[in-house]
Amino acid sequence: MKQNNSGMTIIVKTIAKLVIYFISVFAFYITLTGHLTPGGGFAGGAIFAAGLTLLLLAFGKDILLKKFNYSKLNIADSLGALAFVIIGFCGFFFASAFLNNFFFKGKVFHIFSSGQILYLNIAIFVKVAACLFSILLLLSMFRILSENKTSKEKEK
Amino acid sequence: MLIYILTLTLFLLGLYAIIAKKNIIKIIIGLAIIDYAINLFFILIGYQRGSIAPIIPKNSTIKNFVDPLPQALVLTSIVIGFSMLALVVVLAIRLYEKYHTFDITKINKLKG
Amino acid sequence: MNNFLPLFVAVPLFISFLIQLLNKLPDVIADWLALLSTLFLAIISIYLIRTNEILIYQMGGWQPPIGINLVFDSFTGVLLTIISLITCLIVIYSFSYMEKFTEKKKYYSLLLLMLSGMNGVVISGDIFNIYVFLEIASIASYALVGFGCEDEELEAAFKYLVLGSVASAFILLGIIFIYGKYGTLNLAQLATYIGNENLINKINLNMIISVLFIMGFGLKAALVPFHAWLPDAHPSAPAPISAMLSGLLIKALGIYVIIRIFFFIFKISLILSYIIMGLGMLSMFIGVLLALGQWDFKRLLAYHSISQMGYIILSFGIAGAAISKNLPSSIALLALIGGIYHLINHSVFKSLLFLCSGAIEYATGTRKIKELGGLREKMPITSLTCFIASLSISGIPPFNGFWSKLIIIIAAILSKFYFAAVITVIVSFLTLLSFIKVQKHILMGELKENLKEIKEVPISMCFSTLMLSILCISLGLFYPLVKTKFLDTAANIILNNYQYIQTIQNFFMK
Repeated sequence: MKQNNSGMTIIVKTIAKLVIYFISVFAFYITLTGHLTPGGGFAGGAIFAAGLTLLLLAFGKDILLKKFNYSKLNIADSLGALAFVIIGFCGFFFASAFLNNFFFKGKVFHIFSSGQILYLNIAIFVKVAACLFSILLLLSMFRILSENKTSKEKEK
Repeated sequence: MLIYILTLTLFLLGLYAIIAKKNIIKIIIGLAIIDYAINLFFILIGYQRGSIAPIIPKNSTIKNFVDPLPQALVLTSIVIGFSMLALVVVLAIRLYEKYHTFDITKINKLKG
Repeated sequence: MNNFLPLFVAVPLFISFLIQLLNKLPDVIADWLALLSTLFLAIISIYLIRTNEILIYQMGGWQPPIGINLVFDSFTGVLLTIISLITCLIVIYSFSYMEKFTEKKKYYSLLLLMLSGMNGVVISGDIFNIYVFLEIASIASYALVGFGCEDEELEAAFKYLVLGSVASAFILLGIIFIYGKYGTLNLAQLATYIGNENLINKINLNMIISVLFIMGFGLKAALVPFHAWLPDAHPSAPAPISAMLSGLLIKALGIYVIIRIFFFIFKISLILSYIIMGLGMLSMFIGVLLALGQWDFKRLLAYHSISQMGYIILSFGIAGAAISKNLPSSIALLALIGGIYHLINHSVFKSLLFLCSGAIEYATGTRKIKELGGLREKMPITSLTCFIASLSISGIPPFNGFWSKLIIIIAAILSKFYFAAVITVIVSFLTLLSFIKVQKHILMGELKENLKEIKEVPISMCFSTLMLSILCISLGLFYPLVKTKFLDTAANIILNNYQYIQTIQNFFMK
């Protein structure tokens, strides 16, 4: 019987498939309520990248490379950062200063309050998660060149 | 006062690891320890005696918070330190590929 | 007009991320995007430097001291102008030079990030913001030093990274002590709190903060006990990046912040001036002695960078000593003018020298002086510009290096530091000796056998080197115009810093 040798044992794979949903929901919660509770974009992005790393460790890189490849992560990374700068420029052109908080501020303690902080948190979440996970994916694709091997994947 | 001295001792331990160790991985760990020590020191400076964390709860009127400015600045500092660590780890892997050793006394092609 | 200030930081960031997004399109689009953004910033900076007033911009609309503000005065204007102009010419140079490397788009992204970081350090009005932008520029430069991934370049990048990180850690520790003692991070408010205290006459926290800042920023500015990363890092980078590191980064991140902190925030005192002058003299002397024995062209230029940094810091030290000894303020003004002028000149001629060395390496494939010879027959434009730059750095009369070195020597004699003046003359003579050796071996002499088929470098590289040499000549010939327009106001701002503090205090929240 052929065994699937990549990744870890079947116990780890089953638990990883289950736990990744909880990790994702937790990461989204910390990002979206960043203006009410501690956390925000960077913390949520780091947690989400850690969850994706769990999948990378559990299943091996070949399966994960079918879904995420480096150019898609690069585009997500750039879009997140561009969104941040564009929101800043909205303040520059339509209001008094760069990064001025001129969006509609709702009632206090609601989720759609305090103007631009929500959108900036989401942009930073996308950027940080894509960036951290792409570093780990590239580190796993890297193979040390020795005298006998001829395959080596280039890393940036 | 004691806690500040302990934090600065942690900083000096990280500095010792950078100066006196020959393995590249130990130097990287020394860099990480220096980052942690400085961030910890920064947060400890903002402590006022008898105050709580600076989060406004919904229906109460607590007035004495610890200083929230160092906490915001430390968030920035953690991100900076983390990105530097990512860069140095990638450099260490590339160095291993070129020189086949992690010992810095053997990586000395640039002289004079 | 003060609405232009955040553009210096935001536009390079925007274009840098945009270049990464257009990864599938050909390289030419990235070239033109980078060129347009640096050209735009150069035009804005030339437009802004014509005013004499202090411009303030409040980020996000929050008032100081709660908000972060960007401040532009004449000293900032001088630095912003040279950063923008020289980066524009370096981007034109990299059109053809970076064809030999594989990842041109990532190069432009990192270059624009470094530009944004340098602009942020120079224009910021808040000490923690200086640290954040310093880190952005430093991390981009660590990645750029090891850009072509050969073994020597990676080793140089690793050494530079470890040393630079320790320096940044010391700077952050200094900032933490400042916040713990004074409770504010705004430069103008710190100037009012600290300026009334007497410094370094007894051991207290201010002395520890000053020592930490000298250690941290001294490493970024490559002063002598902290110079060990520079001879490895600057030769290993690609040539346009070497020009940018040696011409702009060590000044914007090192010298500018030292002047801001020690002349604006801490009142300059006699012991601090003596320390700065001592570091300057040590850098000058050791840098040029170590450069005399080098046979690798770029390593020689890197050692000369250390020695010329010593000149700049020495003149600011003389100004500080003249202020704290209460000598007539014309002497301090003269020393300040000499320092700022030498800063401008060194950016121009050191960038030109590194670009010429890059052109020589592009055409012949080697950097070692002993393997080159007689290049003036085959590469006329490069050898002409290299000759002009060598004459400038040695201090030969009509070029710009002569005027600034003369002003520094006169200021040293007028404030009775005869030892400093003698060392300056000796180091200037040794610099001339070193560059005569370089000219003799590279440009004059017989053409070697394996170099018979080399051609002149492509036109974009020639354009950059010609523009920089025209700037060298015109800064030397039109010195009175330069002095009245740029240097006088900048030196006045550093000498009488109450104007800066008053202007910002008008905006404070009550």
